[in-house]
Amino acid sequence: MAYTEEELKKELETKEYEYGFYTDLKSDTFPKGLSEDIVRAISKKKNEPEWMTDWRIEAYRVWEKMEEPEWANVRYQKPDFQAISYYSAPKKADPNKTLDDVDPELLAMYKKLGISVDEQKKLQNVAVDIVVDSVSVATTFQKTLAEKGIIFMPISEAIQEHPELVKKYMGTVVPKTDNFYAALNSAVFTDGSFCYIPKGVRCPMELSTYFRINEGGTGQFERTLVIAEKGSYVSYLEGCTAPSRDENQLHAAVVELIAMDDAEIKYSTVQNWFPGNKEGKGGVYNFVTKRGLCEKNSKISWTQVETGSAVTWKYPSCILKGDNSVGEFYSIAVTNNYQQADTGTKMIHLGKNTKSTIISKGISAGKSQNSYRGLVQIGSRAENARNFSQCDSLLMGNECGAHTFPYIEAKNKSAQVEHEATTSKIGEDQIFYCNQRGIDTEKAIALIVNGFSKEVLNKLPMEFAVEAQKLLEISLEGSVG
Amino acid sequence: MLKITDLHAQVEDKEILRGINLNVKAGEVHAIMGPNGSGKSTLAAVIAGKEEFEVTKGSVELNGEDLEDISPEERAHKGVFLSFQYPVEIPGVSVTNFMKTAINESRKANGLEDMPANQMLKLIREKSELLDIDRKFLSRSLNEGFSGGEKKRNEIFQMAMLEPKLAILDETDSGLDIDALRIVANGVNKLKSKDNAVIVITHYQRLLEYIVPDFVHVLHNGRIVKSGGKELAMELEEKGYDWIKNEAVV
Repeated sequence: MAYTEEELKKELETKEYEYGFYTDLKSDTFPKGLSEDIVRAISKKKNEPEWMTDWRIEAYRVWEKMEEPEWANVRYQKPDFQAISYYSAPKKADPNKTLDDVDPELLAMYKKLGISVDEQKKLQNVAVDIVVDSVSVATTFQKTLAEKGIIFMPISEAIQEHPELVKKYMGTVVPKTDNFYAALNSAVFTDGSFCYIPKGVRCPMELSTYFRINEGGTGQFERTLVIAEKGSYVSYLEGCTAPSRDENQLHAAVVELIAMDDAEIKYSTVQNWFPGNKEGKGGVYNFVTKRGLCEKNSKISWTQVETGSAVTWKYPSCILKGDNSVGEFYSIAVTNNYQQADTGTKMIHLGKNTKSTIISKGISAGKSQNSYRGLVQIGSRAENARNFSQCDSLLMGNECGAHTFPYIEAKNKSAQVEHEATTSKIGEDQIFYCNQRGIDTEKAIALIVNGFSKEVLNKLPMEFAVEAQKLLEISLEGSVG
Repeated sequence: MLKITDLHAQVEDKEILRGINLNVKAGEVHAIMGPNGSGKSTLAAVIAGKEEFEVTKGSVELNGEDLEDISPEERAHKGVFLSFQYPVEIPGVSVTNFMKTAINESRKANGLEDMPANQMLKLIREKSELLDIDRKFLSRSLNEGFSGGEKKRNEIFQMAMLEPKLAILDETDSGLDIDALRIVANGVNKLKSKDNAVIVITHYQRLLEYIVPDFVHVLHNGRIVKSGGKELAMELEEKGYDWIKNEAVV
């Protein structure tokens, strides 16, 4: 999306969360609370086969006995899991819908979000799946993709139409009882995207999912499964927004990526969930499990720009199982006001000659806390594994914090692991220097932050990079006095 | 162009400038010399509008307009340029990108559209040739890993790009070897015109052999204690600053 300086300036003037509108969609929402019955009801609502229901129930029973993790460097009031509604759907969503059937209110909402489904179709080479609250409401481009044998559809539909694929792969990378939030997600996930790229196919367009929490008092538990068969390639984008609310909303997603031999998956996220207001009230709790599995000679690249959420707990990881496989993690995490982020990655080297790269850029402003947590693990059979990690923190003001928690475990002597870390502060001297050249303070901060984040921004697809750059500027407005 | 009247300025309650009077007309080159701690860099920073210095008395006028309530960026838009003694680094921001932003911000403030890309490229080519700057240099992060000489040359390159009305060169000669000094001085000389003015702040007379001043002022203890023509610089070089200090006491 091209934007002019004027538009940018206008946006900077009103830095309030711009996606904070609420659309009055008629929705079908379950009563609050979680029990085995609710899990069954979700499964029934989705008309799921028995194996799926059983899978959910198993996850639920394990989750019930699990404890919420406390090791992250974040502090928050734990969510009351009985005060959340686990299913909310805009009422007119029908699995057999076409775009013409979509609720006009919903279309109006997309417009506000800056997604015109029609236009997307015509102008951009991006296929979009949009998940509002719990269900997927529109998937564009399905036909074009189908010609190449690519399946891109809501996961609820995939369970109906391609149960053999879902059954075979779901839970293989993130087991349903992997951790507290993953287990919760496995029990109650309601939708998400499913993507399958057949052998040797290079997906001709970016695939994109847009997530939005709309209804109050609901959680969003989406599940994404991307399978890239041998020698295939796909680039996948994910965007997130939510309305401004006083309460904390819970988002606990699971994303699983599977890259078969010689395949490549690029997964990019621009996360802009509501971060809470200036006093730290409200905002989304973003507790997400993302993991990819790499077979021989394959590559998975995670790129994330995290500007939203009150609390973020997220570690997109790669299991480098196949020899010569490559894992990459590029991240920009911005925290302002009272936001807290504990994010990073895990690179698990199992195969020979596996390589991983971690570039993490943390930007903290206001009274926020920003932590990088990363694990590099070299298995005993991972001959000649290589890792390079770089963690840079940029501080703005005197009340925020930046923390780095690197973990390195090497069980093979041939491993080479490098870790570099820097911490810097935007200095008054830098600002004055820019001012003296005619650049005002807001613009100067944007320039400095963009420069700091450049290595990661460069990894994003073009349209996304522009949006991400704009987001960075908006999130940090007013943070240096 | 620039009129400074009885200017007093302090930082953290310490008075540094104690009544400066200076008049700079278009087309003139003024040199400000003086020993360490005499207030030379403070004067430059106050003209540029650095907030940590508080003006307690007197005024700075640019083309008849009092600059007191004018922000540093607005002063820049009005044509004030400061070549920094210690240019700062901005990692990840290329020289080109920085210049593009600076030029377009100034244009915007003056009601102009962004400079078209081809015009920008032409300008960059022209000015980098003028200062004998390798094009590769322009894609590097601003001042990051630059040698002292490269930093100073980059300051003058920015000055050339921005075409200021009033350029203040704060110790641009420090850290330059003789070849770099000649290139920088040549650049400044080529940019000089009857419409702009230059203030050269320096310790030594060396730079003034290349950039010949119309006036030389000697700053001591926050005041201009002696003014004269270019011969004054020679005299200083010969007699040293003690001569001035002694004379000031007398």
